[in-house]
Amino acid sequence: MNNFEYTRASDVADAVRRIASDPAAKFVAGGTNLIDLMKENVARPSRLIDITHLPLDQIDETQDGGLRIGALVPNSDLAQHPQIEARYPLLGSAILAGASPQLRNMASTGGNLLQRTRCLYFYDTTTPCNKREPGSGCSAIGGINRMHAILGTSEHCIATHPSDMCVALAALEARVLATGRSGERSIAFAEFHRLPGDTPQLDSNLRADEIITAIELPPEGFAKNYTYLKIRDRLSYAFALVSIAVGLDIEGGTIKEARLALGGVAHKPWRNREAEARLEGAPATRENFVRAAETVLREARGFGHNDFKIELARRGILRALAQAARGTPQSQADKRIR
Amino acid sequence: MARPSSAARTGLEKIPTPAKVTVTLHVNGVERKLTIAPWTTLLDALRLYLDLTGTKKGCDHGQCGACTVLVDGRRINSCLTLAVMKDGAQVTTIEGLAQGNALHPLQQAFIEHDAFQCGYCTPGQICSAAGLIAEGRVQTADEIRELMSGNICRCGAYPNIVAAIEAVMFGKATDRSGATGR
Ligand SMILES: Cc1cc2nc3c(=O)[nH]c(=O)nc-3n(C[C@H](O)[C@H](O)[C@H](O)COP(=O)(O)OP(=O)(O)OC[C@H]3O[C@@H](n4cnc5c(N)ncnc54)[C@H](O)[C@@H]3O)c2cc1C
Ligand code: SF4
Ligand code: FES
Ligand code: FES
Repeated sequence: MNNFEYTRASDVADAVRRIASDPAAKFVAGGTNLIDLMKENVARPSRLIDITHLPLDQIDETQDGGLRIGALVPNSDLAQHPQIEARYPLLGSAILAGASPQLRNMASTGGNLLQRTRCLYFYDTTTPCNKREPGSGCSAIGGINRMHAILGTSEHCIATHPSDMCVALAALEARVLATGRSGERSIAFAEFHRLPGDTPQLDSNLRADEIITAIELPPEGFAKNYTYLKIRDRLSYAFALVSIAVGLDIEGGTIKEARLALGGVAHKPWRNREAEARLEGAPATRENFVRAAETVLREARGFGHNDFKIELARRGILRALAQAARGTPQSQADKRIR
Repeated sequence: MARPSSAARTGLEKIPTPAKVTVTLHVNGVERKLTIAPWTTLLDALRLYLDLTGTKKGCDHGQCGACTVLVDGRRINSCLTLAVMKDGAQVTTIEGLAQGNALHPLQQAFIEHDAFQCGYCTPGQICSAAGLIAEGRVQTADEIRELMSGNICRCGAYPNIVAAIEAVMFGKATDRSGATGR
């Protein structure tokens, strides 16, 4: 780890002031991603601004009947909150599919959104990587790219966003609340993370002087027909090869509303409105699921080692849609996929 | 006469040499004060400065669970947090679980069920299991397996680890997938 100065933010305004005054400073919350990256010399902040003492650890109902989740709520507390279990089980399930109990006790809601890719070249400071060192090249294209993206890639970066929680938040159309020098703003989840394009060093649209204060969930949680299906190399404590979050609103066998988001396949949680629209107004049948999967994957492209992800994603989408339609969500304890 | 500072001589003037920080930890019920560099992890503080070497460093990257301790009653990976971030916290390590000469029930059960081979992962396994029991979410052996998945055992003592935890939680082990050592 490099030398750094340790400071503590006393309130949100103080945190903003501190981050705005030092472009090389970083907030630290759970520390599970940042401290790891500092040990690897990938992150070298001049100063850590500890935000863990800020009063951002509440979960409250919003006026419209949704839920507001403070940025410092630990992942484990969020997954097990009675309101999440009852109304947003898709979110709870996705969180419990990720990391380990110890890490979930540490990881914060805000930090989870801003965790960086697990691309091994990003971690290996001896190799070129456009995300770590813009302009140096991408070692994964033409290199070992089994974990990498099949959708929304660019010639500059094919990394994936590793979060499970964010896939559920994308499906639920959460909003991210952020405060910066020019005040507070609310960012639609789909606008929060970025595709790599020619600026892969930027994972999100959060501004340099902004702190995430909360996530807001809309009232609809798809608690009856949902699933989070995560496919990985071992059954627990591994990042997703492909994961699928589904939320359906079904009435009399007809899908009224569909949400389908994929993890492990792109630089951000992947949604495709056209595929969802194909499901809406249609009966919940396998033929319709096949069509939706085809729409999602029409432009998918592999890079060699990760070619298998295209077929894996197709099958995963079919399975997840069937699980959600049946009302038999994937268990995160009994890992058999049914 | 003023000499150029060592930083100026080596061209490292941009790298600050931050002051040490003072941290108070309540470790296994005892108040401990430390003056340490801010980048000292909780794991290193325990092992290097408090001589509590029961907590192990396996990967140092959150990937193995050997460093699991309880902070304010919750299990965490001590390698991925800074000691200074836990100023004022209650920390329980493997050294703090026994009551005098009486082993903690989990320690006793690990012995009875032969739940280790080399023993390197064991302090982390036991602290993690203590956290698991305190969380109160487990009803089945499958759930024990899933919620202990943050602790890797390179020797593969998993069946007996699950059996030991089951014995403490449910009074008996139902897991028969491996040797039981009873
Ligand atoms: C071994 C291992 C396995 C894992 N497996 C999984 C997995 O399977 N699935 C999964 O989804 N995740 C997994 N994770 C990742 C884990 O979920 C993240 O590391 C965690 O969510 C990050 O949260 P944190 O609070 O610890 O963030 P920190 O490390 O504290 O911060 C991460 C980043 O966010 C910034 N930040 C934090 N809070 C805020 C805020 N409020 N406003 C602005 N910026 C902020 C920090 O400056 C930093 O840049 C794994 C991690 C490890 C180490
Ligand atoms: S995929 Fe992205 S993160 Fe990985 S080496 Fe290429 S540029 Fe770096
Ligand atoms: S040493 Fe902390 S998880 Fe491996
Ligand atoms: S007993 Fe050797 S690693 Fe678990």
